[in-house]
Amino acid sequence: MTAASATTSFAARLPARRYLVALVIAFWAAGWVLLRGRDTLALGGAELTPLHSWLNAAMDAIDDSRNSNPIFLYFINYIRLFLDEAVTFVQALISQPAMDRPLPVLGWLGVVGLATAIALLYGNVRVALLTAAGFLSFGVLGLWQESMDTLALTLTAVALSLAVGVPLGVWAGLSDRFHRLVTPVLDFMQTMPTFVYLAPLTLFFLIGPASATVATMIYAIPPAIRITAHGIRQVSPDTLEAGASLGATSAQALRHVRLPMARQTIIVGVNQTIMAALSMATIAALIDAPGLGQTVLKALQTLDVGTAFNAGLAIVIMAVVLDRVTSAASRRVEAARRAGRLRTVRGRRLEVAGVLGVAAVLGYLSYTYVWAAEFPIEANLGSYVRRAADAVSLWAQDNLVAYTDIVKNLLTNGLLNPFQTVLAGSPWWLVTAVAVAVALLVGSARAALVTAVGLLLVVVLGLWQDSMVTLASTLVATVLVMLLGMVAGVWMGRSDRADMVLRPVLDAGQTMPAFVYLVPILGLFGPTRFTAIIAAVVFAAPVAIKLVAEGIRGVSATTVEAATSAGASTWQLISKVQLPMARSAVTLAASQGLIYVLSMVVVGGLVGAGALGYDVVAGFSQHQLRGKGLAAGIAIVVLGIVLDRVMRAATQRADQAAHGGSHQH
Amino acid sequence: MTVPSVAERSGLDIDAPPVLSVRGLWKVFGPKAESVVGSSLTRKELKEQTGCVAAVRDVSFEVRRGEVFVVMGLSGSGKSTLVRCLTRLIEPTAGEVLLDGEDVRKADHRRLRELRRHRMAMVFQHFGLLPHRCVLDNVAFGLEIRGVAKQDRYARAREVVALVGLNGFENSYPDQLSGGMQQRVGLARALAADPEVLLFDEPFSALDPLIRREMQNEVIRLHHEVGKTMVFITHDLAEALKLGDRILIMRDGELVQVGTPDQVVGAPADDYVRDFVSDVPRSHVLTLRWIMRPPQSGEPLDGPELGPDVVIRDAVHAVLSADRPVRVTDGGSLLGVVTSAEMLEVIAGGQDR
Ligand SMILES: Nc1ncnc2c1ncn2[C@@H]1O[C@H](COP(=O)(O)OP(=O)(O)O)[C@@H](O)[C@H]1O
Ligand SMILES: [Mg+2]
Repeated sequence: MTAASATTSFAARLPARRYLVALVIAFWAAGWVLLRGRDTLALGGAELTPLHSWLNAAMDAIDDSRNSNPIFLYFINYIRLFLDEAVTFVQALISQPAMDRPLPVLGWLGVVGLATAIALLYGNVRVALLTAAGFLSFGVLGLWQESMDTLALTLTAVALSLAVGVPLGVWAGLSDRFHRLVTPVLDFMQTMPTFVYLAPLTLFFLIGPASATVATMIYAIPPAIRITAHGIRQVSPDTLEAGASLGATSAQALRHVRLPMARQTIIVGVNQTIMAALSMATIAALIDAPGLGQTVLKALQTLDVGTAFNAGLAIVIMAVVLDRVTSAASRRVEAARRAGRLRTVRGRRLEVAGVLGVAAVLGYLSYTYVWAAEFPIEANLGSYVRRAADAVSLWAQDNLVAYTDIVKNLLTNGLLNPFQTVLAGSPWWLVTAVAVAVALLVGSARAALVTAVGLLLVVVLGLWQDSMVTLASTLVATVLVMLLGMVAGVWMGRSDRADMVLRPVLDAGQTMPAFVYLVPILGLFGPTRFTAIIAAVVFAAPVAIKLVAEGIRGVSATTVEAATSAGASTWQLISKVQLPMARSAVTLAASQGLIYVLSMVVVGGLVGAGALGYDVVAGFSQHQLRGKGLAAGIAIVVLGIVLDRVMRAATQRADQAAHGGSHQH
Repeated sequence: MTVPSVAERSGLDIDAPPVLSVRGLWKVFGPKAESVVGSSLTRKELKEQTGCVAAVRDVSFEVRRGEVFVVMGLSGSGKSTLVRCLTRLIEPTAGEVLLDGEDVRKADHRRLRELRRHRMAMVFQHFGLLPHRCVLDNVAFGLEIRGVAKQDRYARAREVVALVGLNGFENSYPDQLSGGMQQRVGLARALAADPEVLLFDEPFSALDPLIRREMQNEVIRLHHEVGKTMVFITHDLAEALKLGDRILIMRDGELVQVGTPDQVVGAPADDYVRDFVSDVPRSHVLTLRWIMRPPQSGEPLDGPELGPDVVIRDAVHAVLSADRPVRVTDGGSLLGVVTSAEMLEVIAGGQDR
């Protein structure tokens, strides 16, 4: 600790940090020129290190012990059985043949009726119509069964996530200690690229619904816990005190004060949980989760843009419907409260009975008659959508090729290749030394330590060069995200109109499952690492833009007014006042953007991104590459942690600089 | 000038045992709070040396049955902390709080809840209403918590809703009501349990001046109707003088003076209080007792008669229109006389004493 603080104060005393960083970079460039190609630790796609083989063997051993090891026998296998049963049960209801029937219990008419009824009872007429249209469109796109499989998996995972997450969230809302304990765990669960924990899960829960459910829950539980806790915590202390002054017990305070007052927030949490679950349920296709994700995945692997687009469209529709219905439900809670008791309880009961009655009739029809159970073939327009998407993609690739190539080549040769050459072409020890120095200079001694340990770990994992290639893509994508974030964010932060136009687009972008971003970009650019980068940029940009915009808006109006009255031009205002004052928001945007980019660059392994992403994907499909895939997953997490720590330290430094002058003398 | 004995405006029984009796109460926020108790350092020194804030320091007072007891002080002087210590919404650090002779600090959780449910109720500055419940359900909340059957609690809630003048709003929700109306709900909620003591923590500070006046009158009316003992916190001297039977003045957590309004205005304990009351028109608060003097020899003693507790303002006309000294008498015995000279001195020169 003393050594660390000594280094910090030493670093603080050095003259101008930025010159030092430049010096380090120059030193690196010189080193690269002299030592190019030496000690780069390259490893071919199918090559394995002893560690990888050992991991393979270890995974095989776990596989073999599945029916003998007591942990499996008495614990994990039961969970797996339970989860499999739960998903299968919901599937039997809506998607898969069940109970000696050739068709599920509820046919399309029943499902559409039930979904619409729920939307009507918890939301309003508009979202009910949207729900009906959305669900019908699954059939129209020719993806009824796939959609229902995705829905079954999502709903099961959501139900379980809420069953676990809401009570834990309430606990975290009540207990500071539990809150402190659980927050870093949730942070970790959320920053870990989703892709990474899929393969290890299959080791314990096998390929199939159980693993998919667990993976989805890992991703969907954090928002449930966080938002519930937030709702419980934000309950006005005045009201709680009033409750206490009347002699309420803590159970009564929870039941009568906290929970009702947190209700709307908790429903927002349900919304976030559903969106996260849907996103992950599609990605879980990689471990054989049934549903739309499968269709997209297969299409991506065969570069069948039309099919991928068709299924991607169904995912988007499902996301929109689920999002709208839950948002409407949360607004309804508020509206119902405001409206008071205009409508009687009796009227509501009649309405519920009527709507459910109609849904029950439709359900019965779909249970009994084939026409109401199987979506009519004649209404299947999926092939048109596919062909149209194909045509557009072909046209785009043919006609826009001149432009897309310019962008592609410019970025590839101007940014990506230099980054990659220098990162992957320098000796590993040189890169490590440079990275540690930079972490020390822009961040803190602790960040430098994490960097050193992290990079050494990557070396030990035997994936140095792949990691550097992935890192290059990640950094390039982050630079692009930040460019976009600054331009659009400043625009949004300065203009209410821009905010009004952009915000819904960004919100929509954030609710989409990560998977679907790949499709149109693949259609435009074909399969290259460049496609992965653009997909990552599109995926990460909304967060960065919003954060920058918030920072710009946060700059005090008085300061802006003062600068304007001093005659600053718009450009001077932005560059000399607003951006510097929003510096901590900008660094936060960069670090968040980086995490998003990293998780998506890996998904890009599916469309030709290579490197770590490819290693992970190959680990799914080839038995002898499992160990390497696992190592690659760990390497991704390590890279993520290193980048996150360094960015955080840099953010902190920027914060201090922004608030307390540069440093105290 | 001699300080007159406590003037009993409302004719309370001084000898009856007090409802509430507070002795040597301390509340210290911060680490090792206990060790600070008894310290004579100022708040600032304490903060610097120990990191503790002594919000209430060694305060003792008694509240008589049926009395309106006002605690007044600037913001940060420890009023809210003091009133919360009475029901242990904030746990006192040292001292005694006796309610009808029972030590509140010794009560266990169950007993404390009983006490809060039945014997003391509080009205808050920011109302603290439940936004998801209608007025009637808010008022009935305290009864619901202590397990009163639905029929009974709604019947009682309707009664108090009527008492505070909210008829017709039973089914409204708090955010549909104005601030003044919301505080009426808060008042009704506190009254619903029929407690012995009502505690008010700056209940009207968040309201507009006009509404505030209306609510003050409401409290006076309720006090006449239900005759509850009230502990009323305020930072507004006018409010204190208007409502209080007695006023406790606090500064930096310490008690500076306790007394009736005319004592506080007529005989401020120190410069702090003097400063505080310097803007008060003395003739509105002081009584004849404060300005009467012994009759001089040869003065005619056949002028009109007035009681010693008549407020000066109300005696102006009688004294100025009489052509001889006005006699101040109490039950037939002559206490002193008042002439236009004394009256004019109070009215014109009262500010600079
Ligand atoms: N929970 C707390 N922790 C630390 N200090 C507190 C706390 N509550 C109040 N104080 C301090 O105690 C002093 C008295 O506060 P308070 O009783 O709210 O005063 P008043 O109600 O007269 O404005 C203030 O200096 C305040 O900062
Ligand atoms: Mg206060």
